[in-house]
Formats: sequence, structure tokens, C-alpha cells
Amino acid sequence: MLGFGADRLRADMNRLLALLFHQGVLDEQFLQLQQLQDETSPNFVSEVVNIYFHESEKLLRNLRGLLSDRELSDYKKMGIHLNQFMGSSSSIGAKRVRNVCVAFRAASEQNNRVGCLRALEMLEHEYCYLKNRLHELFQMEQQRVMAAGVRYPMQN
Amino acid sequence: MVNAPDFTARKRERVTVMGMATEAQFHVLAVDDSCIDRKLIEKLLKNSSYHVTTVDSGSKALEFLGLHEDNLRNSNPSSVSLHHNQEIEINLIITDYCMPGMTGYDLLKRIKESSSLKDIPVVIMSSENVPSRISRCLEEGAEEFFLKPVQSSDMKRLRPHLLKGKFREQQQLFQLQLQQQQPQPQQHPNNKRKAMEEGLSGGLSPERTRPRYSGLTVV
Repeated sequence: MLGFGADRLRADMNRLLALLFHQGVLDEQFLQLQQLQDETSPNFVSEVVNIYFHESEKLLRNLRGLLSDRELSDYKKMGIHLNQFMGSSSSIGAKRVRNVCVAFRAASEQNNRVGCLRALEMLEHEYCYLKNRLHELFQMEQQRVMAAGVRYPMQN
Repeated sequence: MVNAPDFTARKRERVTVMGMATEAQFHVLAVDDSCIDRKLIEKLLKNSSYHVTTVDSGSKALEFLGLHEDNLRNSNPSSVSLHHNQEIEINLIITDYCMPGMTGYDLLKRIKESSSLKDIPVVIMSSENVPSRISRCLEEGAEEFFLKPVQSSDMKRLRPHLLKGKFREQQQLFQLQLQQQQPQPQQHPNNKRKAMEEGLSGGLSPERTRPRYSGLTVV
């Protein structure tokens, strides 16, 4: 009876994942991450994703900083940050974030300030959405683990 | 054609090799400036039972390998002494291409120019599929080019290069023994030799462990 919660949470998680795949927010690489998680590294996915969050927020701050100067925007530096953002997004399967980075990079290569500002806004939006949904996913996972643990109480 | 004494000798040799087998693993050095990618490649390699060291730059990789920027063409022995006086043996280097400072290509060149390191197989990783980049790296001596994100299915492509390295070392070892006229392969081995033999005994068919130099009769 107690394990019922765990099963329902797992179903909810799968539904959320399916939605994110359907929306193109995540791609196959995220599944690869999940497959790498095992007994020796049981929190692998959340560890990697937390590094990603930490790095991404720093990159977004840098990008906003580079664009805040109306006179002189260092587009080359923007490109470097974007390459890093693209790479890490691709490594965790954050497909939509990565795609916005590609468009952003194209605008920066043309020194297109307006284009860059628009792309940055889109990037922040996509990143925010991804972060919220992944947090949701991890919360559900935590609850599921706890619920599954309660099913078989320890007999000492 | 195998006559009885030879076969027995080889069998004894194999048994000895197997008997000495412990948990020896191939040691891979992974180079990537991205923290996430380092974590990923480390996990992938560990899941394939390799011992892994990760560094975040080409210069740190050279430092770890015992090469300093100014000692490029030094002919040091391929084993590197640490402050612990341990021997470090690297069996494969896998490096990202795009890194600030020294690129993966620069690192590849330095390794291939070093007499002590040139035989270590090098694999390049890149997030971008640029044919000219790929061919440039392969021409410079890279064994493989992996497109990022690297996946677990890519790991099996490393094994042939690791095994080739071990065979080459084993051949050199036997040639050395021949020169030293030491017929018993089960003499007390040093660390490196032990690691080589253990590496050979891991997961290979008996045919593969039988050396090609069948002319070497064990007395």
C-alpha cells in the first residue's frame, strides 16, 4: 500500500520526461546521462545537471554584461561564451537551449546587437523553463526514492 | 605446428601469466576544459573499467605526462616518477579539440614529437564535425576522432588501440629477454612488465596470448 506512491511518482516522472522530449526541450543525450547513473554514482544525473546550472548562470550573466555596453560589445568574447554554452547544453541533452545558442552565435558573428539582445532574452527564457522542469523532475525522484524506501520497512 | 614440449612451455607461460593476473587496468588520461565533459568522459571510461585521470588543459596533461613546455624532445623513459616514486603508465590519451591555450591538436603534436610519449595512442573529441579538422588530426597521428557528446557505444572503439599498445610492449619485452638470454618468462617481473602481462591476460582468447615469436623455445 505504501509503495503505491512510488509507482505513481515514477509514472508522473515518465510523463514529464515524455513531454520534455516531445517539446524538444531534451533529447536522447539526457537518456544517455540516465543510463550512466548506477550504484557507484547514484546521483550522477543531478550532479551533472547542477554543474550545468551553475555554469549556465555564470555564462548568462557574462553575456548580459557583454551586451550592456551600448558603445562597444565584445562579440568575439560572446562567441567564446556561446561555444561553451552550446557544448555543455549538448552534453546534457538540452536541445532547445543549444539551438538558441546557435542562433545567438550567428547574430554575434554579424555584430548584430539587436539580434543578440533578442537571442539573449530567448536564451534566458528557455534556460528558465528547462531549469524549472528539471528541478521538478529531481524533486519527484527524491520523493519516489523515499516512498519506495518506506515500502519495505527495516526489521532490526 | 606445435610439439609437446613447446606447447607445455607455452601453457606454463600462460598459466603463469594468468596466475599473476590481478586487477590491472588500462590507465586513460582525459583532457577537457569543460567540467561537465570531464565528468562525463570520466564516468564513461570508469564504466568501461578503465582507470582514469582527468585534467583541464593541454599543459596540465603534458605536466602529468612528465613533459614540460621547454623539454619537448627529451628522451625520458616512458615511465614518469612522481614524488611518491611511483611509475605512471598512461595507455591512452583522449582529448578535446577546442581548448583555450593549447588545443587538442597542439597537444597531439607535442605527444607525437616526444620520443617517450609518441607511442601512446591519442583520441580527439570535438563537438563540431569539420572534415578538414578530422583529417588533420588523423594525419598527425590521432587514432580516432569522436564526435561529442561522446557515448558509451564509443568506448569499445578505444579497446583495439589499448590492446595494440600492450602487444607492442610485450613484443619489446620478449625481445629484451631474448637479448638477455633469460628463457624463463616467469622470472620476477617489475611493475611495468607485470602490468603488461596482466593487461594481456585480461579478456583475450588463448590464441591471442600465444606469442607470435613461436621460435622462442622455453627451456
